[in-house]
Amino acid sequence: MTGREINILQLYPRDMNIYGDFGNVLVLKRRLQWYGYSVNLLTYDVGDSFPDNIDILVGGGGQDSGQNKIQEDLIKIAPKIKKLADDNTPMLVICGLYQMFGKFFKTVDGEIIRGIGILNIETYGRSERLIGNIITISKDFGEIVGYENHSGQTYLDADVEPLGFIRVGAGNNLESDSEGARYKNVIGSYLHGSLLPKNPKIADFLIEQAVTRKYGVFYSEPISDCYTKEAREAAMKRPR
Amino acid sequence: MPKTYVTILGKSVKAVAKMRGGGSALPGLVVEKIDPNFIKHTLGQLPHGVVVISGTNGKTTTTKMVVELLEGQGLKVFTNRTGSNFTRGVAAALLGETSLTGKLKADIAVLELDEAHAVNFVRTIHPRFSLILNVMRDQLDRFGEIDATQKMLRQIAINTTDTVVLNREDRRVAEIQKSLTSQKVKFFGLDKLLINQFPTDDTLRGGTTTTTNVNADVVLNRLSVDKAEFIIDSKAQRTNLKLNGIYNVFNAAAALTLVRAIVGEKVDNPKLLKDLSNVTPAFGRGETLLVKGQPLELVLVKNPSGFRLGLKSFDPRNYATMIAINDNYADGRDMSWLWDVDFESLHEKGVSQVSGIRAYDMGLRLKYDEVKIENIDSSITRALKKFIDNNKDKPKRIYCTYTAMLDIRNKLSKITKVEKIS
Repeated sequence: MTGREINILQLYPRDMNIYGDFGNVLVLKRRLQWYGYSVNLLTYDVGDSFPDNIDILVGGGGQDSGQNKIQEDLIKIAPKIKKLADDNTPMLVICGLYQMFGKFFKTVDGEIIRGIGILNIETYGRSERLIGNIITISKDFGEIVGYENHSGQTYLDADVEPLGFIRVGAGNNLESDSEGARYKNVIGSYLHGSLLPKNPKIADFLIEQAVTRKYGVFYSEPISDCYTKEAREAAMKRPR
Repeated sequence: MPKTYVTILGKSVKAVAKMRGGGSALPGLVVEKIDPNFIKHTLGQLPHGVVVISGTNGKTTTTKMVVELLEGQGLKVFTNRTGSNFTRGVAAALLGETSLTGKLKADIAVLELDEAHAVNFVRTIHPRFSLILNVMRDQLDRFGEIDATQKMLRQIAINTTDTVVLNREDRRVAEIQKSLTSQKVKFFGLDKLLINQFPTDDTLRGGTTTTTNVNADVVLNRLSVDKAEFIIDSKAQRTNLKLNGIYNVFNAAAALTLVRAIVGEKVDNPKLLKDLSNVTPAFGRGETLLVKGQPLELVLVKNPSGFRLGLKSFDPRNYATMIAINDNYADGRDMSWLWDVDFESLHEKGVSQVSGIRAYDMGLRLKYDEVKIENIDSSITRALKKFIDNNKDKPKRIYCTYTAMLDIRNKLSKITKVEKIS
C-alpha cells in the first residue's frame, strides 16, 4: 500500500478559512492515512503557482474582505479548476467558495461579482443572515448535520442537483428547501462546523472518487467511526 | 419620574430579585424601562468619567487589573464586576452603588463591555477613555464576521472623548487609529521576539503579521513563568506576577498603558508595578482551586485563539486534563471553532475526561488529532467526579466553555471553597 499517494489541495487557506474549514482537510487527510494512503497536503493562495496532480480540492468560507482578495485570482485559475471538475476530480467547496463556484454573486448594493461558473447557481446578497444548526437529507449521504452562517442566498438552475433537502434550517435560500449543489464530483454546501467530521459518508465519497480515479480501485481496511454517531445525535437535538 | 424614585424603585426590585434568588440584570431592566437616562445621569456625575474596555479576549481579567491599579493610585472606582457585561448589567451594578438621591460614590467608572453592547452604550455615554484589546474570531454566530466586529470596536474608539488605547500588534485594532481625529491614541505592544507567541487572527492560519513601528507606551519585553519585564519610558521594569497565561501578561501591558493615560503625569510607576504583581486572574481565567489537596485550574476557552493560547500557556506534563464544551447561547452554538485549535500538545499525555453538551464533537476533534481519550461523558457531574476520583494524586486542569465553567464551579463549590459569581 505504501507509495499510494493522494494530493489534497486546499484553496485559499489564508483568506478563506473562517468556519473551521481546516477540519474538512484534516478529516480527509487522517481518513486517507487510516485507510493506508499517504497524503500530500498542498495549499494554493493568491499569486501562488497552481500545482499539478491534484486528487481532491477543498475550499472554504471567507469574510467579504477575503472574498474580494481572491476574486481576481480565482478567475485567473478558473480554466484549470474547470478542467479538473470536468475530469471528475472530487471537490468540496463551502460557503464563500461555494458561491464563487457559481455564476455570480450580486451584493446588496447591486454589485455583480463574477464567479467561475462550475456550478449553475446564482447568489444574491441579503440583509438577513441565516444562522444556526441545520439538518438536511440527501439521497446519497442520508442525513447531513451541520451549521450554517451566510447572508447570500443561492438559487439553483433547474437542472442542478442540490446536495440535500432541508429538515431543519434555511439552506440555499428562504424560498426553496434545497441545500448545496452538485456537479459531477463537485459538492458545494453552506454547511460548516466542520462538515466532514460529523458526516464521514461525504468524506469517504470524496476519498473513494479520488482513489478510484487515480488507482482504478479503492481498497481499504475498515476504520473506526467511534464518537461520530453520538456527535451527530447530540447536534440534532440542539436548538437552531 | 424624579430620579430619587427611580433609584428607590430599582433598589427595591434588586432586593426582591435577591430574595427570589434571581438574576443580576432584572433590576437593571426595570430601571432602564422607567428611566432610560438613568445610566447617563448617574455616570455623568463622575469627576474622571467613564472608561470602556472591549475586545474579544481577556476583557474580564484586564478590567480587574485596571480597577486594582487605579485603586492603588488612590481613585475610587465603580465597575461591573458581576460579569454582566452589557448595559442592563451596568444599570444593575450601578443600583448597588448609588445613594438614594442617585449619586454614585466613585471617581471613575471602568466598564467591561462586549463589542455589540458597547456600540449601543457609547452612543448614549461617550467614554473618556477606551481600551481595545484584540479582534479574534469568536461568536461568529452572533456577530457574523471578524470585520464586522472590528467596525463595532471602531465605533467605541470614535465615541471616546479623551484617549484611546490600542493593541499595536493586532492589525485590525491598530488600524482603528486611522479613523480617529480628535482623540489621543496610545499603543501597547510586544517586543519583536515575542510576537510569534501571540497569534492574531491573521496569523491563525498562515497569514503574516504586519506590525507597525509606532511607539508604544508600554511594551512587554520578556516573560517567564511568574515574571515579566515591561519597557516603560524607555526603561526596563521587572515585576513578579500572579497572573498566568501569556495572554494575561500581554493584557497587563494594556492595563498599564490605560492607567498611565488616566492618571497622567502624577502616576506612581513603582506603585503601579507593585500593585500589578498582586493582581490575580479573574474567575475561570487560569484561577486555581484546591480540590482534595491538589490544585485544580480552570481555564475558560471560548474561541480558537483563546484555546490555542491556553494550550500554549499551560504545560500538560504532570497534569490531568479535562475538556468540557457546551454550546449554549453564551458559549456560541457553532462548533467550527474547535477545528481551528491545534491539540497536538495534548498528544503525549492524552485527555482524561471529555464532557459537556458537545462532548462528542470535542471527542471527534481529538480523535482526528490522534489524542487519546480515557473517557467521554456528556454529563459534567459524572465526568467531573470521575476526573477527580481517577486522578487523586495529580494536579488537574479543566479547559471549559463559559456555561460549562459555571456548572463546574457550582459542582466544585460543594466540595471546596469557590469564589461566588453573582
